[in-house]
Amino acid sequence: MTTVSNGVNVKALLDARDALKGAPEAAQFTWRATSKWQDGVHSTTRIQQFFGLGQEQNHKSEAVFEADHPEVFAAEDNGITPIEYLLVGLASCLTAGVASVAQNRGIQLRSVESTVEGNHDIRGILGADSDVRNGFNDIKVTFTIDADASEKDIEALVAQSQKRSAVFDALTNPTSVTVEVA
Amino acid sequence: MEHVTTAVVGAGHAGLAASRFLSDRSIEHVVLERGEIANSWRRERWDSLRLLTPNRQSRLPGHRYDGPDPDGYMTAGEVADFIAGFAKVADAPVRTGVDVTSVRAGRTGYELETSLGPLGARSVVLASGACNRPVVPPFHTEVPASVVQVTPFDYAAPDRLPDGGVLVVGASATGVQLAAEIRRTGRPVTLAAGEHVRLPRTYRGRDVLGWMEASGVWDQRYDEIDDLTRARRLPSPQLVGSPARETLGLNELSALGVEIVGRLAAVRDGWALFSGGLRNVASLADLKMERLLDTFDAWAASSGTDAPPPERFAPTRVPASPRLRLDLRGGEIRTVVWATGFRPEYGWLHVPVLDDKGRLRHDGGVVGPGLYALGLPVLRRRKSTFLHGVEDDAREVIAHLAAAL
Ligand SMILES: Cc1cc2nc3c(=O)[nH]c(=O)nc-3n(C[C@H](O)[C@H](O)[C@H](O)COP(=O)(O)OP(=O)(O)OC[C@H]3O[C@@H](n4cnc5c(N)ncnc54)[C@H](O)[C@@H]3O)c2cc1C
Repeated sequence: MTTVSNGVNVKALLDARDALKGAPEAAQFTWRATSKWQDGVHSTTRIQQFFGLGQEQNHKSEAVFEADHPEVFAAEDNGITPIEYLLVGLASCLTAGVASVAQNRGIQLRSVESTVEGNHDIRGILGADSDVRNGFNDIKVTFTIDADASEKDIEALVAQSQKRSAVFDALTNPTSVTVEVA
Repeated sequence: MEHVTTAVVGAGHAGLAASRFLSDRSIEHVVLERGEIANSWRRERWDSLRLLTPNRQSRLPGHRYDGPDPDGYMTAGEVADFIAGFAKVADAPVRTGVDVTSVRAGRTGYELETSLGPLGARSVVLASGACNRPVVPPFHTEVPASVVQVTPFDYAAPDRLPDGGVLVVGASATGVQLAAEIRRTGRPVTLAAGEHVRLPRTYRGRDVLGWMEASGVWDQRYDEIDDLTRARRLPSPQLVGSPARETLGLNELSALGVEIVGRLAAVRDGWALFSGGLRNVASLADLKMERLLDTFDAWAASSGTDAPPPERFAPTRVPASPRLRLDLRGGEIRTVVWATGFRPEYGWLHVPVLDDKGRLRHDGGVVGPGLYALGLPVLRRRKSTFLHGVEDDAREVIAHLAAAL
């Protein structure tokens, strides 16, 4: 097999998988974000620390995300809307998956692009119709992939990346969410 | 206390195959069976069940189907008789009605407690079955009391279910078979499909399981498989053995009027919540089926087999917007059928050989000194749990046992 390089260290991931098989405690991660209201519907969310491998960990630097609503919602548009962050998460998670699976399967990628569309009936959040849900009605992701592989193999890459995707799972399966006042 | 060289736990086809090879080597042994021979086929199958493997694959060491319909599929009763026939010709030393309640390591070999008293054995073969208990997800306790819940062990026939809608959870062999059978009584049926294995009943004019055998897929050895854990957890293929030799996948079930939804992910506040990932599991199943058919075609081309030309099947049709939730309190659903798999029962095995998930640790059926297993998924080969699959495993496992005596 020719060696491929998609820039993913699959060997390290597979080693981690083996190591974690006997150490489920170390596999427990908690991802954290803290958010602060600015003004109007504008908020700023910061992410730096997380817990994993049995201890507190730090990203190299703090990441800051502005969230607001667009002007058509009579807001200032200081950032993307919160629900758009879900699309960012989904696209980047699936793309990371495609690269990792391709590396593992010996497929050289040249380019991977995707567009994500989430259909959202906003009558739900406005309380205009109680039969309409608040979240997305459906989401469509379209990949355009250039790689040394057959169409079938590319389809299989994308299918496998969904199978392993944290964000795909979080969006497609119910999660218990607790919101409280500290 | 009575002593034997080898004790075999279970008189299903696996235990009887072990007995056959032990007899061939003149190793003194007994086969202990809590019920009767082929008990699981007599007590633990639903009324209409037929094998999904064709009659020509009903083979045990030195014993084969020799009836008029090699392409047909046996009923559960016929399988029980077939296995009992094998026990007879093999003259297996079976003791029926003997429940093994404990196996412990002893000073020389093992000490067994049974319903008929203690027994010492230098070696033990665990052939107690891979499907002793139905697996039901923990959130079954959240299903409202107004809904009847059944497992394949309680299920006998559709007319024994309450009238009204049925939610079948699981789309492997059991789930698709029960969904179709229940739907044919006119009841509304919803089928929650997680990851599954799609196969056509016949391919290029032959039974698809014949292709698995001929092309060598089934003979693949456990030590040649990349991800053995995964292979051992693979769900059963969506197949039914029927006189009509019909294919029974999600497309066929939709055509019967079964509503297909995603994997049942949770039951919360009386609502069944289904995964939105149905399209993904369907396309994974389509892709894997096509890859397998490619393997058959490649084998056919290289072996010069004359069979009709390659076929391809329509992709799985998934509803444009599959239902994501269903109110279990609303009266629409009267019964939930859990077709969510089976597991072995080892409560009586007091030897530290289970992993943290309660699965038996073994290397090709060699569990530890003097302790062996047969009949578990991909024990030594992909075909290990099937009737015709046990022969090669049993021969090798018993050879190991004999060499260690
Ligand atoms: C629904 C279903 C459909 C299947 N369809 C097919 C098919 O179409 N084709 C095919 O080839 N295979 C099929 N199989 C798989 C497989 O062939 C059967 O599971 C088969 O019965 C396995 O044989 P076995 O000897 O390993 O186990 P079993 O037949 O389960 O035999 C184990 C025996 O051990 C006994 N036992 C268990 N514990 C004890 C104990 N503590 N003391 C004493 N006795 C004990 C049990 O009573 C039982 O008789 C199917 C399985 C299921 C569940």
